[in-house]
Amino acid sequence: MNLDAILLSLKLAGIVSVLLLVIALPLAYWLAFTKWRGKFLLESVVALPLVLPPTVIGFYALIAMGPRGPLGRVWQSLFGRSLAFSFAGLVLASLLYSFPFAVQPLVASFESLDRRLLDASAVLGAGRLRTFTRVIVPLSWPGLVTAAVLSFAHTLGEFGVVLMVGGNLPGVTRTASIDIYDRVQALDYNGAHQMALLLLMIAFAVLSIVYGVNRRVWSPWTAR
Amino acid sequence: MLKVQIRKRLQATDSPAFSLDVTETFAPGFTVLFGPSGAGKSTLLDCIAGLLVPDEGHISLEGEALFDAERGLSVPASQRKTAYVFQSLALFPHLSAEENVAYGLSGVSATERTERITGILSTFHIEGMRKRKPRELSGGEKQRVALARSLVTRPRVLLLDEPLTGLDSGLRQSILQDLREWNAANRIPIVYVTHNREEVDAIGERVVALIDGRVQESGLPRNVLDAPRAAELAQAAGFENLLWARVTEHREKDGVMHVELAGAKCGLEVPLGSVRPGQEVQVAIRAGDILLATEAPRALSARNLLPGIVESLATMGALVVVEVRAGVRFTVHVTSGAARSLQLAPGREVWVVLKTYSCHIVTRQ
Repeated sequence: MNLDAILLSLKLAGIVSVLLLVIALPLAYWLAFTKWRGKFLLESVVALPLVLPPTVIGFYALIAMGPRGPLGRVWQSLFGRSLAFSFAGLVLASLLYSFPFAVQPLVASFESLDRRLLDASAVLGAGRLRTFTRVIVPLSWPGLVTAAVLSFAHTLGEFGVVLMVGGNLPGVTRTASIDIYDRVQALDYNGAHQMALLLLMIAFAVLSIVYGVNRRVWSPWTAR
Repeated sequence: MLKVQIRKRLQATDSPAFSLDVTETFAPGFTVLFGPSGAGKSTLLDCIAGLLVPDEGHISLEGEALFDAERGLSVPASQRKTAYVFQSLALFPHLSAEENVAYGLSGVSATERTERITGILSTFHIEGMRKRKPRELSGGEKQRVALARSLVTRPRVLLLDEPLTGLDSGLRQSILQDLREWNAANRIPIVYVTHNREEVDAIGERVVALIDGRVQESGLPRNVLDAPRAAELAQAAGFENLLWARVTEHREKDGVMHVELAGAKCGLEVPLGSVRPGQEVQVAIRAGDILLATEAPRALSARNLLPGIVESLATMGALVVVEVRAGVRFTVHVTSGAARSLQLAPGREVWVVLKTYSCHIVTRQ
């Protein structure tokens, strides 16, 4: 078993899901509550990674991050290193790849909130930020858990994007799914099996968390 | 003093356009906002609270503008210092009763906060509920917590959107009593929305009748609701019988007129109204104002006697709802004792007895 690859995958998925939550929370808030008519355009953009082949995302990400791409150039001048084929580049591409998995559960759970609770908060003198932190977030925690867990799991299983922008550098960009691919190519079915089984178990555990949370059985404030 | 003069058009995709057009002044103390559902009662409250922005007009409280379309001014809901108890109450489900009450006191010092919370909890008799979550509270307790949460902020106006629906009348009276006592010490305008006639009577103060987004009438409940002039209001005010009729004759010296009920060859004597003979009107009669007799009554002051046949009976608590066909169909409420002693049953021949002044003439808008 290639522990390095597993650890790298877990690290990547962890960083990506935390960053995604930070980015997705305000965006989901805006999407859920805006009255702007053009909102559907942004919704489509957010959902794009769901339907695009990962290689397409990876391809554009690679071009943007390459030494002549806009992102790549900025990165190069800031840090003096290449963005493509680096762990940071992998994080960036994964953010794109898993974006809808963070945004959509949040939007869904914000939209399902009783609007009168938000009205009540406003009438009681709370501004938007206070309403967000004291009412919206605490009442949307199943959505938050779902968003975090799904982006974690989705990032953990990515293959095409990593292959495009990460290459295959051991300890830097060789994630578990790439490692499995390598092993199969090398006819190391035994090794591939172990890794594949581990990923399968992680995926199952993660989905159990999502469905468990959304049954709301542990929720301290809903009636059974 | 809360002064409102606003217009607001609402365009929902699934219903016809609705417009609210209200000019009204709310003095300190209770004002009941009465009207059928869909009349715009909640929309009006939302506009006052700042949750909806009217298209035109202005709203001011104690002379201070909260909204002024011409100046482009609209004070945000969070800064209006209005209190609003929603029909759904909207207690925060994740916070305890005490945390709910404390929610609006974020800018208040800790000692004052404790003091105010203790005070309001005792005013509404819910000191023992502090640690309970909303789902662990009974209906009446929830309503008390919602009131306490709104009033602890020392609002300048209190908006109540059917806050006591679903409570029995004893509980309702006791909460209203607590609210009256609170209002005696805190003289602010209270706008109390309801479509329940019983609640109007329980409060017994000024009524503003809202129909189709417009103020139809205002005044004391007995003036506005006991003699409704609009059919929608009559229906909402609990007149079970609303019958189409044509005016046939005026008898000015008796102060009455005669009408003929549509679809029946029978006439009624009703109070004289400003309707010309030949004109179509509706006659509103409360089911509880109609008498039934099993023999033709003689020597009776009531002027209207119509022979009829009992069609059906339905028991509702202590009340029996009798449907009688006497040319047209009348809904009559009698006590279960009366139904027994008259041996009312489907097919029984009865006389429908109506006092002239139990018939209210309602004209179409």
